[in-house]
Amino acid sequence: MATTTKEISIGDLGARSHGAEPTLQGETMALNVGPSHPTTHGVLRLKMELDGDIVKSCDPVLGYLHRGDEKIAENMTYNQFVPYTDRLDYLAPLANNVAYAMAVEKLAALEVPDRCQAIRVLCCELARISSHLLGIGVYGMDAGAWTVFMYTFTEREKLYTLFEELTGARFTTSYTRIGGVARDIPDGWLGRVLEFCKGVLPVLDQVDKLLTRNRIFMDRTVGVGAISKEDAITYGLTGPNLRACGVDLDLRKDKPYLGYEKFDFEVPVGTAGDCYDRYLMRAEEVRQSVSIIRQCIDQFPEGSYYAEDAKKIFAPQKAKVLTSMEELIQNFMIVTEGPQIPAGEVYFEAENPKGALGFFIVSKGGGVPYRLKIRGPSFCNLSILEKMIPGHYMTDITVILGSLDFVMGECDR
Amino acid sequence: MEFLDASLPYIMPIVYAVLMISVFMGLCSYSVLAERKVSSWIQGRVGPNRTRVPLVGHIPILGNVMTGLGLFQPVADGLKFLFKEEIVPGHVNKGYYYLAPIIALAPALTTMVVLPFGRYVDADGITQPLVLANVDLGMLIILGISSLGVYGIVLAGWSSNSKYPFLGGVRASAQMISYELAMGLALLPVFMWAASPGYYDSEGLFVEGSRYGMSLFGVVQSQQAAWTILWQPLSALLFLVALFAETNRLPFDMAESETDLVGGFHTEYGCFKFGLFFVAEYAHIIMGSGIFVLLFLGGWNFLPWVADPWGDGIFGSVLSVAWFMAKVFFMIFFFIWMRWTLPRFRYDQVMSLGWKILLPLAVGNLVLNTIIIALYDTLTR
Repeated sequence: MATTTKEISIGDLGARSHGAEPTLQGETMALNVGPSHPTTHGVLRLKMELDGDIVKSCDPVLGYLHRGDEKIAENMTYNQFVPYTDRLDYLAPLANNVAYAMAVEKLAALEVPDRCQAIRVLCCELARISSHLLGIGVYGMDAGAWTVFMYTFTEREKLYTLFEELTGARFTTSYTRIGGVARDIPDGWLGRVLEFCKGVLPVLDQVDKLLTRNRIFMDRTVGVGAISKEDAITYGLTGPNLRACGVDLDLRKDKPYLGYEKFDFEVPVGTAGDCYDRYLMRAEEVRQSVSIIRQCIDQFPEGSYYAEDAKKIFAPQKAKVLTSMEELIQNFMIVTEGPQIPAGEVYFEAENPKGALGFFIVSKGGGVPYRLKIRGPSFCNLSILEKMIPGHYMTDITVILGSLDFVMGECDR
Repeated sequence: MEFLDASLPYIMPIVYAVLMISVFMGLCSYSVLAERKVSSWIQGRVGPNRTRVPLVGHIPILGNVMTGLGLFQPVADGLKFLFKEEIVPGHVNKGYYYLAPIIALAPALTTMVVLPFGRYVDADGITQPLVLANVDLGMLIILGISSLGVYGIVLAGWSSNSKYPFLGGVRASAQMISYELAMGLALLPVFMWAASPGYYDSEGLFVEGSRYGMSLFGVVQSQQAAWTILWQPLSALLFLVALFAETNRLPFDMAESETDLVGGFHTEYGCFKFGLFFVAEYAHIIMGSGIFVLLFLGGWNFLPWVADPWGDGIFGSVLSVAWFMAKVFFMIFFFIWMRWTLPRFRYDQVMSLGWKILLPLAVGNLVLNTIIIALYDTLTR
């Protein structure tokens, strides 16, 4: 290698040390993080350029988990697509089920009974707790605090048991149907939900003690990965990540669905938009969800758990199918042709744990959507990575990714 | 017989050394078990409780208790490392790659030589330390040799020829060098207090200079009344923090930091070579705990201001060793406890903590203690 020598005077040195732009003294290093790496929570891949320990540029590569869900939707009836929504944000499948069913119902201009709405509210909020518990736990783990993860995960296990009682599956719930839910809540389930709510708050307090005022945790997160209000809106962030930046937007408050306007709850809003704020958002949202669940169970409506008058959409009860001619035909039609949804276009967004999950559905009538487009909040939330990561330390990336709390299943669809 | 008598002084140290290494390695593997068990208790899990050795594990009640406590787990862990397929990535620098785990473990085992772990009373009625080599400069040797341990990590990071280990190696070397300074400075006041400016020999004459120098035995003997930690809390704190950094334990495990560097310096290591790194980490923890106990927690001395209740005979020696080990176990527990409670620092925060906080504090502490000692000596002389 050819070497060049250069005489440096004291003046040069002075000029260099004072006011001179800190220029790169050597080569940058290309570092590939992922798609299989402990910090990426799935199959996100980051192509980075490092200057020492500082990231110069970051290029996120998505698509390793692409399954073509949107295309698949065009080839099956509306109800058959419900299991696919489980696999979007697989940490809160119930909330996805609900959002999807509501989108289709909006297209069909179908009102579900109060009891069904209440069940769905419970589903959404339990899913939110489940997702945020994992979010906080994994975030703690990313920062090096493994124990937090174990504490929150223990609570999630209890939650899964509740899901199992309700839906028959711990993970892939597939609970909603267009026009209702798959089955009514089991006996005594509401009591067990309340019991869980009682148990989850002390665990949150424990996590609070371990992290919130922990000097190391604060050093790692305060001021790291700050997003300005403007950027957050420009990049289409939603959910806790957006609210952490100081934008008060929560679809449950601003565009109430499922009767959320009846519940008294606060929407936490951050100030700095940094990793620390995003952690606080999630912790507070769990508390608010618990309060919503308690209010919901307090006045749990009686009645039917599905829209009884939607004869062409919700399959009738099995007992009736076997005894009544009309119901037999109805059942046959819905099973073979799918729920009959009128032609039209609809876009519906629900406030999911990760942000606004939207479904855009084009129907030409019949039981199969003509086109279904999913707006995955994780996908939009990750779009800011390219702008946000450069300038941070390599180690900060774990904390930033953890604080954004994304799920690749929803990102790649 | 004559030959045996002549060679006994040479053979016995070797026997002792082998004995000590076996005990020490046993301790290492059981501290791995302790880590797994304590962490699982902290996190509300059960931990390893399935490994059962034939015959022993089937003793009616005892066998079940031992299995439940995972007492056979270290055997399984060790054998697993031995029997795993040895995979060496094609891109590594072979020589250094094989050398690194050895260099990582060797210093911890070497420092063991000068670490006293108990006391006995010899035929003349003088208390002597139980140690392989009672060296006056014991602490210097420990500091010197244990700082060689970083070479293992740097070599591992470098020879792996891969980016994550490289970053881990670089971070580890910078971190260890920075914290060694604070560590050494935090120790000095302890030795300054332990080493009096002079002593009266057996004939009642004043002899200039210290009786013990930097010997660890001397420090322990000087703590018969009050433990150092009680009147040198700052030194103890500084030393403890530096110790955490030196042993690469969370919150300072920059070299490993598994969430961003995958496995840090040992990412490319598998099977027994990884096992050696693993054992080295625990060996360093045990050594560090031992040194901390000797310097600050009174070594084998019973309790502050309480005379040792054990006698002079062999039984007394055994009790002193047991008491020392109990303190060491507490320190190991403390290490584990911290690891499963705290999050991890960022690399630059580790460096600024070391240089901007620990080092000035250590220097200030040293200066302050020097002044106090000088005043004390002047006034009491």
